[in-house]
Amino acid sequence: MADERVAALRAAFPHTIPILAGFSFLGFAYGLYMRSAGFSAWYPIIMAFTIFAGSMEFVAVNLLLGPFAPLRALFLTLLVNARHVFYGISMLDVYSGVGAKKWYLVFGMCDESFSINLTADIPIGVDRGWFMFWVTALNQAYWVAGTTLGSVAGSVFDPTLPGIEFVMTSLFVVIFLEQWLKERNHVSAALGLGASLVCLALFGGDDFIIPSMAVILLVLTIIRPRLAGGREA
Amino acid sequence: MAGLSGPTMTMWEQAVTIAMVVVGTMATRFVIFFIFSGGRPTPEYIKYLGRMLPAAAFGLLVVYCFRNESLFSGDHALPELAAAACTAGLHLWRRNMLLSMAGGTIFYMALIRFVA
Repeated sequence: MADERVAALRAAFPHTIPILAGFSFLGFAYGLYMRSAGFSAWYPIIMAFTIFAGSMEFVAVNLLLGPFAPLRALFLTLLVNARHVFYGISMLDVYSGVGAKKWYLVFGMCDESFSINLTADIPIGVDRGWFMFWVTALNQAYWVAGTTLGSVAGSVFDPTLPGIEFVMTSLFVVIFLEQWLKERNHVSAALGLGASLVCLALFGGDDFIIPSMAVILLVLTIIRPRLAGGREA
Repeated sequence: MAGLSGPTMTMWEQAVTIAMVVVGTMATRFVIFFIFSGGRPTPEYIKYLGRMLPAAAFGLLVVYCFRNESLFSGDHALPELAAAACTAGLHLWRRNMLLSMAGGTIFYMALIRFVA
Protein backbone atom coordinates (compact mmCIF):
# COMPACT_ATOMS: atom_id res chain seq x y z
CA MET A 1 0.00 0.00 0.00
CA ALA A 2 2.72 2.45 0.99
CA ASP A 3 4.83 1.32 -1.97
CA GLU A 4 1.89 1.97 -4.27
CA ARG A 5 1.66 5.56 -3.04
CA VAL A 6 5.40 6.17 -3.34
CA ALA A 7 5.45 4.75 -6.87
CA ALA A 8 2.54 7.02 -7.84
CA LEU A 9 4.29 10.05 -6.31
CA ARG A 10 7.48 9.24 -8.26
CA ALA A 11 5.48 8.98 -11.49
CA ALA A 12 3.45 12.15 -10.79
CA PHE A 13 6.21 14.55 -9.72
CA PRO A 14 7.90 15.07 -13.14
CA HIS A 15 4.54 16.10 -14.61
CA THR A 16 4.25 18.89 -12.03
CA ILE A 17 7.69 20.48 -12.47
CA PRO A 18 6.41 23.30 -14.74
CA ILE A 19 3.67 23.98 -12.18
CA LEU A 20 6.30 24.12 -9.45
CA ALA A 21 8.03 26.90 -11.39
CA GLY A 22 4.83 28.77 -12.24
CA PHE A 23 2.93 28.44 -8.97
CA SER A 24 5.80 29.27 -6.64
CA PHE A 25 6.39 32.60 -8.40
CA LEU A 26 2.71 33.42 -8.97
CA GLY A 27 1.86 32.42 -5.39
CA PHE A 28 4.73 34.57 -4.16
CA ALA A 29 3.38 37.54 -6.13
CA TYR A 30 -0.11 36.91 -4.73
CA GLY A 31 1.08 36.77 -1.11
CA LEU A 32 3.14 39.92 -1.60
CA TYR A 33 0.18 41.72 -3.22
CA MET A 34 -2.18 40.82 -0.36
CA ARG A 35 0.32 42.13 2.19
CA SER A 36 0.83 45.36 0.28
CA ALA A 37 -2.98 45.78 0.21
CA GLY A 38 -2.95 45.80 4.01
CA PHE A 39 -3.92 42.23 4.97
CA SER A 40 -2.16 40.04 7.53
CA ALA A 41 -0.27 37.01 6.23
CA TRP A 42 -3.07 34.68 7.34
CA TYR A 43 -5.45 35.97 4.71
CA PRO A 44 -3.53 34.95 1.56
CA ILE A 45 -2.42 31.66 3.16
CA ILE A 46 -5.97 30.65 4.10
CA MET A 47 -7.33 31.82 0.73
CA ALA A 48 -4.60 29.95 -1.19
CA PHE A 49 -5.56 26.79 0.66
CA THR A 50 -9.36 27.04 0.50
CA ILE A 51 -10.04 28.79 -2.83
CA PHE A 52 -7.11 27.31 -4.80
CA ALA A 53 -8.03 29.07 -8.05
CA GLY A 54 -5.23 31.48 -8.87
CA SER A 55 -6.91 34.07 -11.03
CA MET A 56 -9.98 34.22 -8.75
CA GLU A 57 -7.77 34.88 -5.75
CA PHE A 58 -6.36 37.97 -7.41
CA VAL A 59 -9.92 39.11 -8.16
CA ALA A 60 -10.82 38.43 -4.51
CA VAL A 61 -8.23 40.98 -3.36
CA ASN A 62 -10.25 43.70 -5.09
CA LEU A 63 -13.49 42.30 -3.68
CA LEU A 64 -12.05 42.51 -0.16
CA LEU A 65 -10.94 46.12 -0.70
CA GLY A 66 -14.35 47.27 -1.95
CA PRO A 67 -17.66 47.64 -0.12
CA PHE A 68 -19.25 44.56 1.50
CA ALA A 69 -21.27 42.82 -1.27
CA PRO A 70 -21.42 39.05 -0.65
CA LEU A 71 -23.87 38.23 -3.46
CA ARG A 72 -21.77 40.16 -5.96
CA ALA A 73 -18.74 38.20 -4.76
CA LEU A 74 -20.58 34.91 -5.25
CA PHE A 75 -21.92 35.83 -8.70
CA LEU A 76 -18.56 37.12 -9.93
CA THR A 77 -16.89 33.90 -8.74
CA LEU A 78 -19.43 31.75 -10.61
CA LEU A 79 -18.76 33.77 -13.79
CA VAL A 80 -14.95 33.71 -13.54
CA ASN A 81 -14.84 30.01 -12.69
CA ALA A 82 -17.64 28.77 -14.96
CA ARG A 83 -15.08 26.94 -17.12
CA HIS A 84 -14.76 24.37 -14.31
CA VAL A 85 -18.17 23.03 -15.38
CA PHE A 86 -16.59 21.93 -18.69
CA TYR A 87 -13.78 20.28 -16.73
CA GLY A 88 -16.36 18.45 -14.61
CA ILE A 89 -18.11 17.02 -17.67
CA SER A 90 -14.73 15.96 -19.12
CA MET A 91 -13.60 14.35 -15.84
CA LEU A 92 -16.79 12.44 -14.92
CA ASP A 93 -15.27 9.15 -16.08
CA VAL A 94 -11.63 9.98 -15.36
CA TYR A 95 -12.31 10.79 -11.68
CA SER A 96 -14.58 7.79 -11.11
CA GLY A 97 -13.52 4.50 -9.54
CA VAL A 98 -10.81 6.00 -7.34
CA GLY A 99 -12.67 5.83 -4.02
CA ALA A 100 -12.91 8.73 -1.60
CA LYS A 101 -9.95 10.44 -3.31
CA LYS A 102 -12.42 11.54 -5.94
CA TRP A 103 -13.74 14.35 -3.73
CA TYR A 104 -10.29 15.76 -3.15
CA LEU A 105 -9.59 15.56 -6.90
CA VAL A 106 -12.76 17.57 -7.58
CA PHE A 107 -11.91 20.08 -4.82
CA GLY A 108 -8.47 20.65 -6.36
CA MET A 109 -9.56 20.71 -10.02
CA CYS A 110 -7.74 23.90 -11.06
CA ASP A 111 -6.79 24.50 -14.72
CA GLU A 112 -3.40 22.87 -14.27
CA SER A 113 -4.50 19.75 -12.35
CA PHE A 114 -7.35 19.22 -14.82
CA SER A 115 -4.99 19.48 -17.81
CA ILE A 116 -2.35 17.12 -16.43
CA ASN A 117 -4.77 14.53 -15.06
CA LEU A 118 -6.70 14.41 -18.31
CA THR A 119 -3.72 14.09 -20.67
CA ALA A 120 -0.89 12.40 -18.74
CA ASP A 121 0.08 8.91 -19.87
CA ILE A 122 0.10 7.10 -16.54
CA PRO A 123 2.71 4.30 -16.62
CA ILE A 124 1.41 0.72 -16.46
CA GLY A 125 1.49 -0.57 -12.89
CA VAL A 126 1.06 2.88 -11.34
CA ASP A 127 -2.22 3.39 -9.47
CA ARG A 128 -4.34 5.87 -11.41
CA GLY A 129 -6.12 7.28 -8.35
CA TRP A 130 -2.94 7.94 -6.41
CA PHE A 131 -1.20 9.40 -9.48
CA MET A 132 -3.98 11.97 -9.93
CA PHE A 133 -4.11 12.57 -6.18
CA TRP A 134 -0.41 13.45 -6.11
CA VAL A 135 -0.62 15.70 -9.18
CA THR A 136 -3.42 17.64 -7.47
CA ALA A 137 -1.81 17.67 -4.01
CA LEU A 138 1.62 18.72 -5.32
CA ASN A 139 0.08 21.56 -7.33
CA GLN A 140 -1.83 22.76 -4.27
CA ALA A 141 1.30 22.46 -2.12
CA TYR A 142 3.29 24.60 -4.60
CA TRP A 143 0.58 27.28 -4.61
CA VAL A 144 0.22 27.40 -0.82
CA ALA A 145 3.99 27.33 -0.29
CA GLY A 146 4.59 30.12 -2.80
CA THR A 147 1.83 32.23 -1.25
CA THR A 148 3.15 31.62 2.27
CA LEU A 149 6.67 32.63 1.25
CA GLY A 150 5.42 35.74 -0.51
CA SER A 151 3.22 36.87 2.35
CA VAL A 152 5.77 36.18 5.09
CA ALA A 153 9.05 37.03 3.40
CA GLY A 154 7.94 39.24 0.52
CA SER A 155 8.92 42.42 2.32
CA VAL A 156 12.40 41.05 3.03
CA PHE A 157 13.39 39.76 -0.38
CA ASP A 158 11.71 39.91 -3.74
CA PRO A 159 12.92 37.33 -6.28
CA THR A 160 11.18 39.01 -9.17
CA LEU A 161 11.60 37.14 -12.44
CA PRO A 162 9.54 39.10 -14.97
CA GLY A 163 7.87 36.80 -17.44
CA ILE A 164 8.10 33.53 -15.46
CA GLU A 165 4.27 33.46 -15.42
CA PHE A 166 4.42 32.61 -19.13
CA VAL A 167 5.17 29.01 -18.12
CA MET A 168 1.39 28.64 -17.57
CA THR A 169 0.56 29.82 -21.09
CA SER A 170 3.20 27.51 -22.53
CA LEU A 171 1.75 24.59 -20.55
CA PHE A 172 -1.66 25.09 -22.11
CA VAL A 173 -0.17 25.63 -25.59
CA VAL A 174 1.71 22.33 -25.29
CA ILE A 175 -1.31 20.45 -23.96
CA PHE A 176 -3.55 21.86 -26.72
CA LEU A 177 -0.94 20.78 -29.28
CA GLU A 178 -0.61 17.29 -27.77
CA GLN A 179 -4.36 16.89 -27.92
CA TRP A 180 -4.34 18.08 -31.55
CA LEU A 181 -1.58 15.63 -32.54
CA LYS A 182 -3.33 12.68 -30.88
CA GLU A 183 -6.87 13.21 -32.15
CA ARG A 184 -8.12 12.31 -35.62
CA ASN A 185 -10.97 14.81 -35.71
CA HIS A 186 -10.07 18.44 -34.97
CA VAL A 187 -13.62 19.83 -34.91
CA SER A 188 -13.79 20.34 -31.15
CA ALA A 189 -10.28 21.77 -30.74
CA ALA A 190 -10.79 24.21 -33.61
CA LEU A 191 -14.20 25.13 -32.24
CA GLY A 192 -12.81 25.82 -28.75
CA LEU A 193 -10.04 28.02 -30.11
CA GLY A 194 -12.17 29.79 -32.72
CA ALA A 195 -15.27 30.46 -30.63
CA SER A 196 -13.17 31.74 -27.72
CA LEU A 197 -11.15 34.08 -29.99
CA VAL A 198 -14.28 35.52 -31.59
CA CYS A 199 -15.95 35.98 -28.19
CA LEU A 200 -12.79 37.58 -26.75
CA ALA A 201 -12.82 40.08 -29.64
CA LEU A 202 -16.54 40.77 -29.19
CA PHE A 203 -16.93 40.80 -25.39
CA GLY A 204 -13.45 41.57 -24.02
CA GLY A 205 -11.29 39.76 -21.49
CA ASP A 206 -13.65 40.10 -18.52
CA ASP A 207 -16.83 38.80 -20.16
CA PHE A 208 -15.90 36.34 -22.90
CA ILE A 209 -15.93 33.02 -21.00
CA ILE A 210 -19.70 32.49 -20.66
CA PRO A 211 -20.46 33.41 -24.31
CA SER A 212 -17.59 31.15 -25.46
CA MET A 213 -18.94 28.22 -23.44
CA ALA A 214 -22.46 28.84 -24.76
CA VAL A 215 -21.26 28.89 -28.40
CA ILE A 216 -19.16 25.73 -27.90
CA LEU A 217 -22.10 23.86 -26.31
CA LEU A 218 -24.50 25.06 -28.98
CA VAL A 219 -22.28 24.03 -31.91
CA LEU A 220 -21.42 20.65 -30.34
CA THR A 221 -25.14 19.99 -29.84
CA ILE A 222 -26.00 20.98 -33.42
CA ILE A 223 -23.29 18.84 -35.05
CA ARG A 224 -23.90 15.79 -32.84
CA PRO A 225 -26.26 13.98 -35.26
CA ARG A 226 -23.71 14.40 -38.08
CA LEU A 227 -20.88 12.73 -36.17
CA ALA A 228 -21.38 9.07 -36.94
CA GLY A 229 -21.75 6.47 -34.24
CA GLY A 230 -20.43 8.55 -31.37
CA ARG A 231 -16.79 7.73 -32.11
CA GLU A 232 -15.82 11.32 -32.75
CA ALA A 233 -12.67 11.91 -30.77
CA MET B 1 -5.67 48.17 -9.29
CA ALA B 2 -7.72 50.75 -7.49
CA GLY B 3 -8.26 51.28 -3.81
CA LEU B 4 -4.97 50.34 -2.19
CA SER B 5 -5.94 52.46 0.82
CA GLY B 6 -6.38 49.25 2.84
CA PRO B 7 -9.29 47.06 3.93
CA THR B 8 -12.44 48.79 5.17
CA MET B 9 -14.68 45.78 5.92
CA THR B 10 -15.01 44.29 9.38
CA MET B 11 -13.32 40.94 9.91
CA TRP B 12 -16.72 39.24 9.87
CA GLU B 13 -17.58 40.81 6.51
CA GLN B 14 -14.20 39.74 5.13
CA ALA B 15 -14.82 36.18 6.31
CA VAL B 16 -18.23 36.13 4.59
CA THR B 17 -16.72 37.53 1.35
CA ILE B 18 -13.95 34.89 1.33
CA ALA B 19 -16.52 32.17 2.09
CA MET B 20 -18.60 33.33 -0.90
CA VAL B 21 -15.58 33.00 -3.20
CA VAL B 22 -14.86 29.53 -1.78
CA VAL B 23 -18.51 28.44 -2.18
CA GLY B 24 -18.69 29.85 -5.73
CA THR B 25 -15.45 28.15 -6.80
CA MET B 26 -16.44 24.80 -5.30
CA ALA B 27 -19.92 25.02 -6.80
CA THR B 28 -18.40 25.25 -10.31
CA ARG B 29 -16.11 22.27 -9.57
CA PHE B 30 -18.60 19.98 -7.82
CA VAL B 31 -21.89 20.65 -9.61
CA ILE B 32 -21.43 18.12 -12.43
CA PHE B 33 -20.24 15.40 -10.03
CA PHE B 34 -23.26 15.93 -7.77
CA ILE B 35 -25.74 15.82 -10.66
CA PHE B 36 -24.27 12.73 -12.33
CA SER B 37 -23.25 10.50 -9.43
CA GLY B 38 -24.75 7.57 -7.63
CA GLY B 39 -26.15 4.54 -9.41
CA ARG B 40 -27.87 6.33 -12.26
CA PRO B 41 -26.24 5.96 -15.69
CA THR B 42 -24.87 9.15 -17.26
CA PRO B 43 -27.06 10.34 -20.19
CA GLU B 44 -25.62 9.71 -23.66
CA TYR B 45 -25.62 13.45 -24.40
CA ILE B 46 -23.39 14.15 -21.37
CA LYS B 47 -21.08 11.28 -22.35
CA TYR B 48 -20.85 12.79 -25.84
CA LEU B 49 -19.95 16.17 -24.33
CA GLY B 50 -17.42 14.45 -22.07
CA ARG B 51 -15.66 13.06 -25.16
CA MET B 52 -15.81 16.28 -27.16
CA LEU B 53 -15.31 19.00 -24.54
CA PRO B 54 -11.68 18.40 -23.46
CA ALA B 55 -10.26 19.52 -26.82
CA ALA B 56 -12.53 22.59 -26.82
CA ALA B 57 -11.68 23.34 -23.18
CA PHE B 58 -7.96 23.40 -24.00
CA GLY B 59 -8.65 25.83 -26.85
CA LEU B 60 -10.61 28.01 -24.43
CA LEU B 61 -7.76 27.81 -21.91
CA VAL B 62 -5.15 28.95 -24.44
CA VAL B 63 -7.31 31.97 -25.35
CA TYR B 64 -7.98 32.55 -21.62
CA CYS B 65 -4.22 33.07 -21.12
CA PHE B 66 -4.40 35.99 -23.56
CA ARG B 67 -7.47 37.65 -21.99
CA ASN B 68 -5.50 40.53 -20.48
CA GLU B 69 -3.34 41.15 -23.55
CA SER B 70 -4.19 43.66 -26.25
CA LEU B 71 -4.64 41.01 -28.96
CA PHE B 72 -6.79 43.22 -31.17
CA SER B 73 -5.10 46.58 -30.59
CA GLY B 74 -1.82 48.12 -29.40
CA ASP B 75 1.11 45.74 -29.84
CA HIS B 76 -1.28 42.84 -30.62
CA ALA B 77 0.39 40.84 -27.83
CA LEU B 78 3.39 40.24 -30.09
CA PRO B 79 5.82 39.05 -27.38
CA GLU B 80 3.22 36.58 -26.07
CA LEU B 81 2.31 35.31 -29.53
CA ALA B 82 5.97 34.96 -30.53
CA ALA B 83 6.76 33.02 -27.36
CA ALA B 84 3.68 30.81 -27.82
CA ALA B 85 4.86 30.10 -31.39
CA CYS B 86 8.33 29.30 -30.05
CA THR B 87 6.78 26.86 -27.53
CA ALA B 88 4.70 25.22 -30.27
CA GLY B 89 7.65 25.04 -32.69
CA LEU B 90 9.91 23.45 -30.09
CA HIS B 91 7.17 20.96 -29.28
CA LEU B 92 6.60 19.98 -32.91
CA TRP B 93 10.35 19.55 -33.29
CA ARG B 94 11.26 17.49 -30.20
CA ARG B 95 7.86 16.66 -28.64
CA ASN B 96 9.33 17.05 -25.17
CA MET B 97 6.91 18.92 -22.88
CA LEU B 98 9.48 20.20 -20.38
CA LEU B 99 11.82 21.39 -23.14
CA SER B 100 9.02 23.16 -25.01
CA MET B 101 7.75 24.93 -21.90
CA ALA B 102 11.20 25.91 -20.61
CA GLY B 103 12.29 27.11 -24.06
CA GLY B 104 9.15 29.16 -24.65
CA THR B 105 9.23 30.71 -21.18
CA ILE B 106 12.93 31.61 -21.30
CA PHE B 107 12.41 33.08 -24.78
CA TYR B 108 9.52 35.17 -23.43
CA MET B 109 11.54 36.39 -20.44
CA ALA B 110 14.39 37.39 -22.76
CA LEU B 111 11.96 39.12 -25.15
CA ILE B 112 10.35 41.36 -22.52
CA ARG B 113 13.69 42.17 -20.95
CA PHE B 114 15.76 42.94 -24.05
CA VAL B 115 13.31 43.78 -26.83
CA ALA B 116 9.87 44.98 -25.76
